[in-house]
Amino acid sequence: MSWFTRMFTSTIGQKLIVALTGLFLSTFLVVHMVGNLQLFKDDQGMSFNLYSVFMTSNPLIKTVSYILYLSILFHAFKGLHLAYKNLKARPVGYAVVNGKANSHWTSRSMGVLGTIILVFIVVHMNDFWAEYKFGHIPYVQYEENLQTGEIKSKPYIDEAGNPKTIAKKVEETIISKDGIDYKLTITKDLYAEVAEAFNNPLLVLLYVIAMFAVGFHLFHGFKSGFQTLGLNHPRYNPAIQFLSTWVFAVIIPAGFAAMPLYFLLIK
Amino acid sequence: MSGNMNLTLKVWRQKNKDDRGKFETYPVQHISPDMSFLEMFDVLNERLINEGKDPVAFDHDCREGICGMCSMFINGRPHGPLQGVTTCQLHMRSFRNGDTIVVEPWRATAFPVIKDLAVDRSAFDRVISAGGFISVNTGNAQDANSIPVPKDDADAAFAAATCIGCGACVAACKNASAMLFVSAKVSQFALLPQGQAERQERVLSMVAQMDAEGFGSCTNTGACEAECPKGISLSNIARMNRDYIGAQLSTQKA
Amino acid sequence: MTTSPKLDARIPEGTLEQKWTKYRSTVPLVNPANKRNLEIIIVGSGLAGASAAAALAELGYKVKVFCFQDSARRAHSIAAQGGINAAKNYQNDGDSTYRLFYDTIKGGDYRAREANVYRLAEVSANIIDQCVAQGVPFAREYGGMLDNRSFGGTQVKRTFYAAGQTGQQLLLGAYSALQRQVGLGQVDMLTRHEMLDIVNVDGKCRGIIARDLVSGKLERHFGHAVLLCSGGYGNVFFLSTNAMGSNVTAAWKAHKKGAFFGNPCFTQIHPTCIPVSGDHQSKLTLMSESLRNDGRIWVPKRKEDADAIRAGKLNPNDLKEEDRDYYLERRYPAFGNLVPRDVASRAAKERCDAGFGVNQTGEAVYLDFAFNMKYKYGKKEATKKGIQNPTEEQLTELGKAVVKEQYGNLFDMYQQITGVNPYENPMMIYPAVHYTMGGLWVDYNLMTSVPGLYALGEANFSDHGANRLGASALMQGLADGYFVIPYTIGAYLSNEIRTRAIDTNHEAFEAAEKSVRERLEKLKNINGTKTVDYFHKRLGKIMWNQCGMARNAEGLKQAIADIQSLRAEFWRDVRVPGGVNEFNPELEKAGRVADFLELGELMCHDALNRNESCGGHFREEFQTEEGEALRDDENFGYVAAWEMTGDANWELHREDLKYENIKIAQRSYK
Repeated sequence: MSWFTRMFTSTIGQKLIVALTGLFLSTFLVVHMVGNLQLFKDDQGMSFNLYSVFMTSNPLIKTVSYILYLSILFHAFKGLHLAYKNLKARPVGYAVVNGKANSHWTSRSMGVLGTIILVFIVVHMNDFWAEYKFGHIPYVQYEENLQTGEIKSKPYIDEAGNPKTIAKKVEETIISKDGIDYKLTITKDLYAEVAEAFNNPLLVLLYVIAMFAVGFHLFHGFKSGFQTLGLNHPRYNPAIQFLSTWVFAVIIPAGFAAMPLYFLLIK
Repeated sequence: MSGNMNLTLKVWRQKNKDDRGKFETYPVQHISPDMSFLEMFDVLNERLINEGKDPVAFDHDCREGICGMCSMFINGRPHGPLQGVTTCQLHMRSFRNGDTIVVEPWRATAFPVIKDLAVDRSAFDRVISAGGFISVNTGNAQDANSIPVPKDDADAAFAAATCIGCGACVAACKNASAMLFVSAKVSQFALLPQGQAERQERVLSMVAQMDAEGFGSCTNTGACEAECPKGISLSNIARMNRDYIGAQLSTQKA
Repeated sequence: MTTSPKLDARIPEGTLEQKWTKYRSTVPLVNPANKRNLEIIIVGSGLAGASAAAALAELGYKVKVFCFQDSARRAHSIAAQGGINAAKNYQNDGDSTYRLFYDTIKGGDYRAREANVYRLAEVSANIIDQCVAQGVPFAREYGGMLDNRSFGGTQVKRTFYAAGQTGQQLLLGAYSALQRQVGLGQVDMLTRHEMLDIVNVDGKCRGIIARDLVSGKLERHFGHAVLLCSGGYGNVFFLSTNAMGSNVTAAWKAHKKGAFFGNPCFTQIHPTCIPVSGDHQSKLTLMSESLRNDGRIWVPKRKEDADAIRAGKLNPNDLKEEDRDYYLERRYPAFGNLVPRDVASRAAKERCDAGFGVNQTGEAVYLDFAFNMKYKYGKKEATKKGIQNPTEEQLTELGKAVVKEQYGNLFDMYQQITGVNPYENPMMIYPAVHYTMGGLWVDYNLMTSVPGLYALGEANFSDHGANRLGASALMQGLADGYFVIPYTIGAYLSNEIRTRAIDTNHEAFEAAEKSVRERLEKLKNINGTKTVDYFHKRLGKIMWNQCGMARNAEGLKQAIADIQSLRAEFWRDVRVPGGVNEFNPELEKAGRVADFLELGELMCHDALNRNESCGGHFREEFQTEEGEALRDDENFGYVAAWEMTGDANWELHREDLKYENIKIAQRSYK
């Protein structure tokens, strides 16, 4: 066995995979959430749609996104695999277990929480990511008044009302009308797709539940990742604990959950 | 014999490692709150013998909380409801008259049941044999004060070294992981100048043996630390992770 | 008085300082190729056993170690709290090899061999070096150097320690060294195995019969030499600070097969143990002697106060200073609370017998930290922190923190067992059986009177004479294992290099196994009405009352008769449940108690024979007017080595103790 195999087949090595992928996914969540805050912007979704274009076309981000997909797969597979192996480490269970006396329930439920999140990710990616990449999302045309900043949008369709497409992901032109410059932007209207999807209360419910799962998963998972990497020090532990609780267990899931609720309840 | 507590015990009985095993219920009367948990079992066994029944087998020796031999899983927790206490140091005043107490053996693939509440923990010895030592033959040593050890390091090494090898960490862990036990020994030597020569080799060998014994992996629940009768810290596990990863990546070997 | 011709101590010639150095440089050696073919059996895995196993395996011998526990690390050495002595003189307070030697001989009340004790003092420094190299985390000072504390019976600070868990740390060090050899294939470690007999072939010890405690199967093991490192026999008293499993069986089987038993009546009663709380009690717990550094021992001066305290009408904290009797400080002003263990124990018994005991049973005295907490540590801390005119409460608080750091684990243990908070109330303590200085008689090489059979550590009759000083047991166990036996065994094994491994089908093995099997079957088949513990407790009572802290001829004679009849009753009426060929802790216990029932009688014979008081052996007939022990060096300056000549029949052999370097004097700690 090479040292590499030996390392990554050891329990610590396998945990290392889970920790590294998990922490990477956590950083992705920050980016993803900050980016998606543009859903709240009152511009008929233009910045959100442009952001979607950027995220799917920038070569660096594309590379990162493939690492991300792999990370999700590795994290989920390794996590479940370890959970299975851990079950085998105690084939005959206890009749009475008082787990709450010695540990937080989230730490004992990572497999279940993770599975909920995995189901959610499949639904989520099917709804938006796959739709955006392979589906038929109609295009939208924005007309931005460069003087006032006012934005108007309309579907990008021909005279007969059929949706038109463009060859590139986004097409930007500057035109002048009545001495005022306008920027015309044509791109896929993922925003409308999102708005429509989040009109479905059941889907919104799934999202909210999933965000609770994310919160609880990260409440333990984020700091646990540091412990697995060996980063445990009385000086830095309070900061890790703070990030774990407030950023990853509260702010991020709350921000994400606010998006479907916003479309369902306010928009 | 002197006491006013009456209790119901539900005790795991298993004739040998191949037996399926089951719970038996035993009422016990006139228990004194000053008795230790094991002395309460002495009373039960005395009665079982007098009734011509098979007494409950359990491991115990020093009965002062240091040998690490006693090992009962009491009401869902290793060594019972108190923190920082072994079964032998748990006294009946920690229970209430009329309580039902469920007593099980440590459960882990790596700790097969021998009989009733006694389990085989030789896996721990094999982990130590794999690297839990400093290779210094008798007679090689230089003067003890020739290597100053910072007090903080010595104290931290001592704190790790107080592990009694009882296996409560494994018993408490939902994954039956032995990381706290192994990391305590790894840490003791990693913190001392004497342990540096074999530091990498030690952690690699001990972790390999730990895995081979069939212990689960660590998911950092912290149950081990909370249940450890000697309060061994989770920071030892972090140190071992660090040392293990570092050793794998930087060892001189191919 | 002359030494019996059957006892050749083989003490080397030369001056005291040169005996060991010269001897170990001239003792015959075994060449490395031959060592590989020589097998050594070690019974017991405590400090002596584990260190001997590691050291001998490092030399290349083939070693087999047996212990009855589930791991070598459980051996009861682990419970030693206070520390280990070594003549390092790191404190620059006048310590030296000679002073450690002198203190040990004096502490042992002049009943130990000079040459052995000097050797012990010589190698003591090497032990500390070895243990530190192994990674034993001894307490250190801020500069990184090793710290020392003082202990009873000495006026220098020479005790190395690791909080209150020194024995644990030293044992784990030796255990690590042992497990390393297991991993290297040099040691075959057999846990959950109990030695049930030795096998002699042509007058030499050639192996053992052991029982696999899990399967119940009997096994035969050959060895060119057998080392018994099986600890002491304090459990003959039922209640002691020993572990529940500690037993005399290995040593006793050897005794029955020809090994003489030395000074069996020398028992150490430790002064600071938690008092007995009731009939249910299964063992006693020691509070480290180091507590006497800071705790002051007292009882009320007036009987009526003692009565009021016992009745719960008076809180000891409320008793005025002038109404307290700090009896150790009063009787022994030079050593005060730090007198040796035997003296402290007897003084406590004297006060309690006189009616001044402070718990419900009347068998407890106070160990009080309040004074030192406040005035020794509190004041120091206040000065350190620059607090001017601190209040009494402040001093107590400040001192409490220091006491907590030094003795925290012991205080916690006390509270756990008694349910009383020792920071608020004075601790209650009472003497309890702790250590046995007696054991198998050995020569300078640690060989018993059976060639090829050795005894190390507490199992031998030892270097402690009639009383062991605190922190010396760990020293002796490791000295024997690491630094003595690896040399001295060569004297025997160098003549055994032509001895091939003996087939365990040899008739001697056959016969030994048969008798072991018959005895087990016999125990099982009595099928009487009483449990093993019932007999053990009764034996313990007899021993404690008649052969405990104070003994007299009449009581000892009575005890011998009582033990004989108890033994007969045991073999008639004991009930051992379960089978022979299975995991059966009751059967193990029965065998051990059967041996205790024989040993107890020998202890009484020995105590009866020794018409003097010395160290842990106090004969009421032999005391000064002030109640101090009255030694008789003229008639009893010898080691009593008992040979078993038949069932409960012993012949006494004397080994005369010669003091060529120390002037024998009445021990005084005043």
